[in-house]
Amino acid sequence: MNLLLKIWRQNNSASRGSLVDYPISGIEGDMSFLEMLDVLNEQLIAKGEDPVVFDHDCREGICGSCSLMINGEPHGPDRLITTCQLHMRKFKDGDTIVIEPFRASAFPVIKDLMVDRSSFDRIQQAGGYISVNTSGHTVDANAIPIEKEKADESFAAATCIGCGACVAACKNASAMLFTAAKVSQFALLPQGQIEATDRVLNMVKQMDLEGFGNCTNTGACEVECPKGISLENIARMNREYLMASAKG
Amino acid sequence: MGILDSKVPSGPLADKWTRHKNEINLVNPANKRNIDIIIVGTGLAGASAAATLAELGYNVKTFCYQDSPRRAHSIAAQGGINAAKNYQGDGDSPYRLFYDTIKGGDYRSREANVYRLAEESVNIIDQCVAQGVPFAREYGGLLDNRSFGGVLVSRTFYAKGQTGQQLLLGAYAAMNRQIHRGKIKSYTRHEMLDLVLVDGKARGIIARDLVTGKLERHSAHAVVLASGGYGNVFFLSTNAMGSNVTAAWRAHRRGAFFANPCFTQIHPTCIPVSGDHQSKLTLMSESLRNDGRIWVPKNLEDAKAIREGRLKPTQIAEEDRDYYLERRYPAFGNLVPRDVASRAAKERCDAGFGVNKTGEAVYLDFSAAIARYGREKALTMGLQDPDKETVTALGEEVIAAKYGNLFQMYEKIVDENPYKTPMMIYPAVHYTMGGLWVDYNLQTTIPGCYCTGEANFSDHGANRLGASALMQGLADGYFVLPYTIGDYLSKDIRTGAIPTDSEAFDQTEAEVRERLGRFFQTTGTHSVDYYHKKLGKIMWNKCGMSRNESGLKEAMKEIAELRKDFLENVKVPGSMEGMNTELEKAGRVADFLELGELFAKDALDRNESCGGHFREEYQTPDGEALRDDKKYNYVSAWEYTGNPADARLHKETLVFENVEVKTRSYK
Amino acid sequence: MSGFAKSSIARKVVMALSGLFLVLFLALHVTINMSSVISPETFNAWSHFMGYNPVVQFLMQPILIAGVVVHFVMGIVLEFQNRKARPVRYNQYRGSANAPWVSRNMILSGLVVLAFLGLHMYDFWLHEINYKFVEANPEDPTRYFEETVEKFAPLWRTVLYVISFVLLALHLWHGFASSFQSMGLNNKYSPAIRSFTRLYAIVVPLLFIFIALFHHLNPITH
Repeated sequence: MNLLLKIWRQNNSASRGSLVDYPISGIEGDMSFLEMLDVLNEQLIAKGEDPVVFDHDCREGICGSCSLMINGEPHGPDRLITTCQLHMRKFKDGDTIVIEPFRASAFPVIKDLMVDRSSFDRIQQAGGYISVNTSGHTVDANAIPIEKEKADESFAAATCIGCGACVAACKNASAMLFTAAKVSQFALLPQGQIEATDRVLNMVKQMDLEGFGNCTNTGACEVECPKGISLENIARMNREYLMASAKG
Repeated sequence: MGILDSKVPSGPLADKWTRHKNEINLVNPANKRNIDIIIVGTGLAGASAAATLAELGYNVKTFCYQDSPRRAHSIAAQGGINAAKNYQGDGDSPYRLFYDTIKGGDYRSREANVYRLAEESVNIIDQCVAQGVPFAREYGGLLDNRSFGGVLVSRTFYAKGQTGQQLLLGAYAAMNRQIHRGKIKSYTRHEMLDLVLVDGKARGIIARDLVTGKLERHSAHAVVLASGGYGNVFFLSTNAMGSNVTAAWRAHRRGAFFANPCFTQIHPTCIPVSGDHQSKLTLMSESLRNDGRIWVPKNLEDAKAIREGRLKPTQIAEEDRDYYLERRYPAFGNLVPRDVASRAAKERCDAGFGVNKTGEAVYLDFSAAIARYGREKALTMGLQDPDKETVTALGEEVIAAKYGNLFQMYEKIVDENPYKTPMMIYPAVHYTMGGLWVDYNLQTTIPGCYCTGEANFSDHGANRLGASALMQGLADGYFVLPYTIGDYLSKDIRTGAIPTDSEAFDQTEAEVRERLGRFFQTTGTHSVDYYHKKLGKIMWNKCGMSRNESGLKEAMKEIAELRKDFLENVKVPGSMEGMNTELEKAGRVADFLELGELFAKDALDRNESCGGHFREEYQTPDGEALRDDKKYNYVSAWEYTGNPADARLHKETLVFENVEVKTRSYK
Repeated sequence: MSGFAKSSIARKVVMALSGLFLVLFLALHVTINMSSVISPETFNAWSHFMGYNPVVQFLMQPILIAGVVVHFVMGIVLEFQNRKARPVRYNQYRGSANAPWVSRNMILSGLVVLAFLGLHMYDFWLHEINYKFVEANPEDPTRYFEETVEKFAPLWRTVLYVISFVLLALHLWHGFASSFQSMGLNNKYSPAIRSFTRLYAIVVPLLFIFIALFHHLNPITH
């Protein structure tokens, strides 16, 4: 199929970017979206132009690297997948595809479609862990029985791959779904209770410091999340936060 | 023994590790504060080592090329992690896990290392649960287990199809705690481009900041390489796009021996290549072989008709299907180990029975399982004489409950409904057992340079069992390296900070700069990927699932020529300044082009078939692997001498005192 | 505690609580207004009570005004923050693909309701202040019904009221249910709560619209 790509090109974080048109032909439905961009890049290199820079790594939907805004939606029009799992058969011959980076002040553009998501790392560094020494001498794993339902809920929250689609989709560029998933993962487990108060306070504080917007409960994040992380996690975090604040 | 000293402690197998820990030197807590350690790679092996070392008090610097430590490719492991917990009471023990691993590795791994791995496996699970890793649980609240190929017990712990991600998030969380405390400095989007040796010891690295393009010097008292495997030498593999051999290869060029490079695991159940545009391959969990039957058409005409789209698999009558695994291996059937299943698929496709347009795919068919489960379910529901549609619907429900997410993933990629049409699968490069040679302390042949996880060669021999890679990465990082490295560092407590303005750093940085600069002085027109794909084709065709002498010799020659062409002609746009993804790839492919040649040389040297290494000349009359324990009962450790073709072989003879060396048979 | 007041979640909770308070007030307001359709006497009695009872005048009314001010000031503060969180806008943004229009345009519906509130205050509250304190008229417990009906005589005002209440309905449609989520309530009762809030979001503004139209169509003739 033949397509017209409108791709955001920006040399570095300091420069201004713009959309550039790239007509492309010979695209097959079996190609993944990123493979389509590979084809474009090979053509650009052959012409001596700079290839389009985008984040990607595992190309099987689990590392959370890929991060494109495709026709106004993070990870494109399909649901419960990442960009690398999006296939070109979702598009029609003659389509125009607008490709932009995830946009948020907390996700500054590095180059073209690549953004800096280290704000997510900092949120987790602020408390997204259980303070247990890793050099051994913990209790036997089965000495901590956990209700299956809770364990499954915790797992569901923990499936977050940190791609940032929630921020990209949110009209307010809010990172509440991400932070809530990380808070919930631990809040649902007995091991996570000991530090629960500090964890939620510190992580929310860092989230605010990074300059993400506020949650207005539009639910866009949940719809666009490639792992289907539920809004219930945000409610849980709100609850945890209020209780933690009350405790002081 | 030559210059290879494995430093395996003496004494009975089960006591070696404990005794060793009691005997090695320690660094006192006050002195640890004055010691710096660099860790390259933040997958399970790197992140866990970083967390523990920082917790012990060392100053740790971690480096990863990804934008976050959490994205390392350990994250993609689906199935699970083995541990000899014996929670199921089915007679498991560290010895049994040790035995299974040694046997699964076709008797090409070091007994003492494997036993230690099995011993530490139990601690991993305790540790991860304490960290909040959400493993799957039973209704009673205790941990659930499942069984994996090649073993007789249920010892695999798992977190649905995301065990790797959950374990890595656990290790990453432990890292975050130390980053927060200031004990780890995390350098993301940084790539190690060379190892710096001062007076023969590893004392630092040259890394490139991938965002600014600047070369940076980082010094330390020891350098740990936890940079993963080199499966991407095949271009197409289940590895991440960025996975590379550069850190390990650069250490190799500086004196670290490279062991068993030809031991590569080719996983039998991956989604087949759909065309030339393909950039990577996706694994489908091995668990599918529990219920799927693998077949190709019996008749060449049928296979041809299917390839041309004139016939559908469902139209092939039962008697015209060749369930070749069940035919060849009646005892194990579709559940033969990975290497055997992969080779059998290749044999059929090479004979012209492949079923997709590239001719490289076989069917994995669930219709029998759907019918069987459907009938069982109907029976339990009390349905008498259910019609075919009801049985199918019920059976599909059962299959969906077991493999729903995998079926959905398949449908997204292939655009075919695997409930109705058999899945197509084909083997793909998945894991590399070979890697930098390390002694019992995980130290390479360069003093102060350690290697952990998939990047080293130590534990899996010639073939890795399922759910063992995660186990090795975490055992190395959490429980082994933090102890063994202390023995070396105890001599460095008075050294003080290593300066980065020494001649060694100057020179190494200049060499890196020169190497990168050369990519911009070429005149050719082909991109890095062009060469990488060509290398991949050579590797796949001549160093892949089956190898022979003439093919390997051709491969060595072709790779050397391709490398020359690449260095003279590859086209890399842009400059060294700022972000340049093509430059990153060029550096990695340059190293793959050297490794590939050594790979072929290693395969050529090993005149036997064992595990993932199958030499066509060495097989039984009915096509099974023929090991030669008399001549090849050794680890091949290659020393770099300036050209991969001239690498010097050092042999570490393997001694088996605790297991009987037998032939693997799955008939 | 100052950290708490500045946190995004605390601000959301302030929005939720002030919003819920206003929702509650709407229920009272619509009940009183409905009496104007059924019985002018009852309406006058209620209105007089509200206008002259010291508890209502000097305790409830300031709280109500504070509630309104807090809700809209915080709403605007949050809106500015949210805009700052994405300084470079998307060229293409398909908000409709993943979130309903009402949830994405709370600031719009909110500002319209706020503008209406200005008119409403001018119409009634300012009028009352003027009547009671500036002109210092004596108490007249019978005047309210007539004054109210007269307000709806001009078509333009009735239309403005109708439009505003439609926007209020949209605002409530998202805001009422959303306030529970903000305060951390999302469980098995949530679907039922959402159904109730949506019913409320339609019924209450509809009643206001009905009252406005009723008085417009039934002017007092004398």
